[in-house]
Amino acid sequence: MPDQGQIATKRKFKLVGTRPVRPDGVDKVTGRARFGADMTAPGMLHALILRSPHAHARIKSIDTSRAERLPGVKAVVTRDDFALPERRDLVDICYNVMAREKALYDGHAVAAVAAVSKPVAREALRRIKVVYEILPHVTDVDEAMKPNAPILHKDMRTKGIDPKPSKASNVARQWEFGHGDVDRGFTEADIVVERTFKTAATHQGYIEPHACLASVGSDGQGDLWCCTQGHYMVRNACAGLLGMKVSQLRVTASEIGGGFGGKTTVFIEPVALALSRKAGRPVKLVMSRNEVFRATGPTASSSTDVKIGVKKNGQITAAKAVLRYQGGAFAGSPVQFGAMTAFACYDLKNVQTIGYDVVTNRPKQAAYRAPGAPLAAFAIESVIDELATKIRMDPLEFRLLNAAREGTKSSYGPTFGPIGLEATLEESKGHPHHLAPLGPNQGRGVACGFWFNFGGNTCVSLNIGEDGTVCLSVGNPDIGGSRASMCLMAAEELGVPYERVRTIIADTAALGYNEVTDGSRVTFAVGMATIKAAQAAKVKLCERAAKIWDISPEAVVWEDGHARPAGANAGTFKPMSLADIAAVAGSTGGPIAGHSEANADGAGVSFATHMVDVEVDPETGRVTVLRYTVFQDAGKAIHPSYVEGQFQGGAAQGVGWALNEEYIYGEDGRLQNAGFLDYRIPVASDLPFIDTVILEIPNPGHPYGVRGVGETSIVPPLAAIANAVSAAAGVRHTQLPMSPPRILKSIMEKRDGV
Amino acid sequence: MSQIPVTTTINGDATEFLCEADETLLDVLRDRLELSGTKEGCGTGDCGACSVMLDGRLVCSCLVLGAEAEGREVETIEGMAEGDTLHPLQKKFLEHAALQCGVCTPGFLIAAKALLETNLDPTETEVRYWLAGNLCRCTGYDKIVRAVLDTAAEMRSA
Amino acid sequence: MGVGLGNEMMRYEAPESTKAAVKLLAGSRDRARILAGGTDLLVQMRSGMPEPALVIDIKHIAAMGAIKREAGGFRIGAAVPSAELGEHAGLVKAWPGVVEAAGLIGSTQIQGRATIVGNLCNGSPAADSVPAMMVAGARARIAGPGRRRDLPVEKVVVGPGKTALKRGELIESIFLPKRPARSGDAYLRFIPRTEMDIAAASAGVFLTLDRKGICTDARVAIGAVGPRAILVKPAAKALIGTPLDEAALTQLAAACSAAARPIDDKRGTKEFRTHVVGVLARRAAVIALKRAKGE
Repeated sequence: MPDQGQIATKRKFKLVGTRPVRPDGVDKVTGRARFGADMTAPGMLHALILRSPHAHARIKSIDTSRAERLPGVKAVVTRDDFALPERRDLVDICYNVMAREKALYDGHAVAAVAAVSKPVAREALRRIKVVYEILPHVTDVDEAMKPNAPILHKDMRTKGIDPKPSKASNVARQWEFGHGDVDRGFTEADIVVERTFKTAATHQGYIEPHACLASVGSDGQGDLWCCTQGHYMVRNACAGLLGMKVSQLRVTASEIGGGFGGKTTVFIEPVALALSRKAGRPVKLVMSRNEVFRATGPTASSSTDVKIGVKKNGQITAAKAVLRYQGGAFAGSPVQFGAMTAFACYDLKNVQTIGYDVVTNRPKQAAYRAPGAPLAAFAIESVIDELATKIRMDPLEFRLLNAAREGTKSSYGPTFGPIGLEATLEESKGHPHHLAPLGPNQGRGVACGFWFNFGGNTCVSLNIGEDGTVCLSVGNPDIGGSRASMCLMAAEELGVPYERVRTIIADTAALGYNEVTDGSRVTFAVGMATIKAAQAAKVKLCERAAKIWDISPEAVVWEDGHARPAGANAGTFKPMSLADIAAVAGSTGGPIAGHSEANADGAGVSFATHMVDVEVDPETGRVTVLRYTVFQDAGKAIHPSYVEGQFQGGAAQGVGWALNEEYIYGEDGRLQNAGFLDYRIPVASDLPFIDTVILEIPNPGHPYGVRGVGETSIVPPLAAIANAVSAAAGVRHTQLPMSPPRILKSIMEKRDGV
Repeated sequence: MSQIPVTTTINGDATEFLCEADETLLDVLRDRLELSGTKEGCGTGDCGACSVMLDGRLVCSCLVLGAEAEGREVETIEGMAEGDTLHPLQKKFLEHAALQCGVCTPGFLIAAKALLETNLDPTETEVRYWLAGNLCRCTGYDKIVRAVLDTAAEMRSA
Repeated sequence: MGVGLGNEMMRYEAPESTKAAVKLLAGSRDRARILAGGTDLLVQMRSGMPEPALVIDIKHIAAMGAIKREAGGFRIGAAVPSAELGEHAGLVKAWPGVVEAAGLIGSTQIQGRATIVGNLCNGSPAADSVPAMMVAGARARIAGPGRRRDLPVEKVVVGPGKTALKRGELIESIFLPKRPARSGDAYLRFIPRTEMDIAAASAGVFLTLDRKGICTDARVAIGAVGPRAILVKPAAKALIGTPLDEAALTQLAAACSAAARPIDDKRGTKEFRTHVVGVLARRAAVIALKRAKGE
């Protein structure tokens, strides 16, 4: 097979890089596609969850008897129905799914009912009596770290410090990364900038609320339909929480209406299963938008100190950051990733990052697109910008001078292979956007960003039909066009038209374990598995041709969609197409299929540079985003439209995070803005067109050179916009969101000389 | 007496249903009539995922009572294509990759169709403001706005 | 569903006359709500507030669904959605500020349903159409068990969510008077995004000029900076007798800021709202001036 193993740079693609219509497209523009809440079952019950109105309270008692007596109520569950699981990694999830001795945040689930209709379920919730003892609460990360802060978990001891502390704390863990000697590095600097930054918690804001339909029979077998980024994860978590064997629970992923990391864990699925098991009937459970905000994962809020020293010639001598992230009521804020990615864009001799994972009385955070990285990049890239101004260097040149490149020892440990940061910076320097003039009250900002990208456990199956068409089964929900990418890669590898391949998302019984759709892993890892499955099928196709021609399989090659004799010595036979071979598969050895099971390694890291122009109204503090350009390395863009879409979507979410989005808590610890009215995600009229430049520095770890693209795009925007706003307003902004009141205040204070 | 009998027209078909007085048109469409192409993103009129046409006006079906449909005409995403022929907007959304997850797409298509029925030559700004009540979290709106503008151009020249 | 829920089931009625609507309302012991556009009512019903016992849909009352010319002005029925205001050429020409304010209530979808009477009766201090109607001298026609009565719009709302309507009363229409020669109106609000938000501060301005361009009459109202929208007399006074020069505009802004009594909340700080309401009044005055001059 001569095309196997060719390196991506030399490879000429026929289909990869084109922009066909996605295979699930017609379903999605006609309303036919079925999302989480679109499924029903005969005899189905409707479930609702009762949630704590208190930020922190001891649950003294739960009386469900009046609810149970209400006609039409078929099951009620509380903490008593969830035994703590054996798997340690499920203990917090169990507690988050259903509160135990304490409710730890406003919105924490306390009980759930399943009834014959939604109105009956609503009435049943009103009849559940919960007695709370309200406890002092804390929602701010810096407050939660103070010695006298209310403690959430009396058994929490900070991990990662030696000796192990004896006193309970809200700091779950301390992380540290870096190399060199930062103290010595700072003494070598001509200029040192040191600042503190704060960011608010933001929600992933997917438009589809969590929804599922669960059915468990008295034989212990269960079926679950749900919107998730990973149904294998859902299966394993639910099985663990309910004491089921994984083979007894089959999970089917619905179409998914956005996730951005927020659907990488379970919230309602175990509850629906528990209700179904108790009621003996299918149970549908759909969250309201209010519940999505109050009880599912926002990302962390943070407080970060940054110190960077630089020589007059622009060389960075030392860089240090201390990051404090609160991740809600349980350990696991993404501060580790924040600390790892903070300085990944730079080639540094002396670098140190320290991260504190802090718990507070807020919903347990869930992953949000490059979890932890945008918050860190906001702080670091703001200081980089300020240093560039101080040493009078163009901010792009300053970054180029210190940029990480092939061979750089990264701040988090590994040494980089071929990477695209410099390419994005060079490209942005010469772009018309960079050369365009600015008007009054306008400012331009740039920032860089990094994300690791993941690989992980992946299993796909490719079956060739008798008519020469191909069905590919994958185990990752299609969250933004991945079916199209898989079809392209399978068709490319097999040499058949794109339209002949159909990709389906198989249920958990059909394939081996597939990790969740996260870490920008799907196009990379599932793509690689798809290519390998296609290659395995090609081997079989060649064998069948060899059998028909009665020559040795080694004498057959696969070229351009056909089995051909390898050379003159092999004999002269008319090449056989995939369809020709498939048509006679029954008489040459049976169905033809290719499989791939692997823990995918070699995900290539990805970098981006963003450039944004804003205008600030000096009388009201309102910010208008005028122009936005994303420069990002995709390794190889399989379907460029969906790569651009990832760039644009990340930038848009970044605009929201930078300017308006925030979790606002009252003095009472209750969330004040649990809806799309006051949790202000960008609307169409808030944004300009978002220009994109795709760079392709192939990832040597993927046969086609693919790098993940989904997450890097949200890393630079916060800082890029902050740098632009700071330039336009004439005041450095260190706190997100840069809402109009905050910006106006800074402008007025500057004017008044405060 | 409990449920209200309603006679209405949905996507051109005479339709009868029973509903509670406090049941929304969205719930009727999804739960009683199995027209689940219309989505619920918020239930409070802030996201536009439940957009339908009611007597030729664009509305959020989550803010309309089912009982209000009596004697009126409702158009949903299921009625947008004619048989197997997609509406030009549906084609352009596919061509431009104007959807990622696709859950907001029905609402955007209904809203964009309403725009082009009143203005076949909208500016980019007009498109953006008209669609401001439809939230999309995936695309940054770029490709959606381009698809709508391109559809308008094509329909003008047709 | 007949399961004996604790709460009485809600009823829906769609009367065909004002008289019938009033009768239903008066007989409801304050547990009825009027449904016009429903864009506030349905959200409230969903939010867990006690459900009304009766919802009275007024959209089947013919007179309430029309915009009519009357005495040189316009009478707008209580069931007319905002979108229809913007489609009425005569109204747009006469009262562009009112039409624009109504056009700011929510999205295109909301515009197809929301009414200015609903906006008024909801009693929100941040209602967009209210300051605009106040400066236009709009009057609400109230029907009830007794005789119909007219009330200036500024007297309808008495506090957050509270109106001067008595038991059994509803607003049937809004009357916008004939606009004098050489006059103009404008309304502006501040929101953090470009659409879909509730005003953090707002201002409406109406003014009339003499032939020389001197302001002879003015009304200024501010919203979202106190328990209800209010007319600011000192702000109007700052304009009268001036050509709206820099000094007058500065005074106008200062008067509006001085009259503001905002709170700190998720939509803005006191400090911010106090400042911005002045900025908005000033900008609205400049637009109203241009309109008065026919520019």
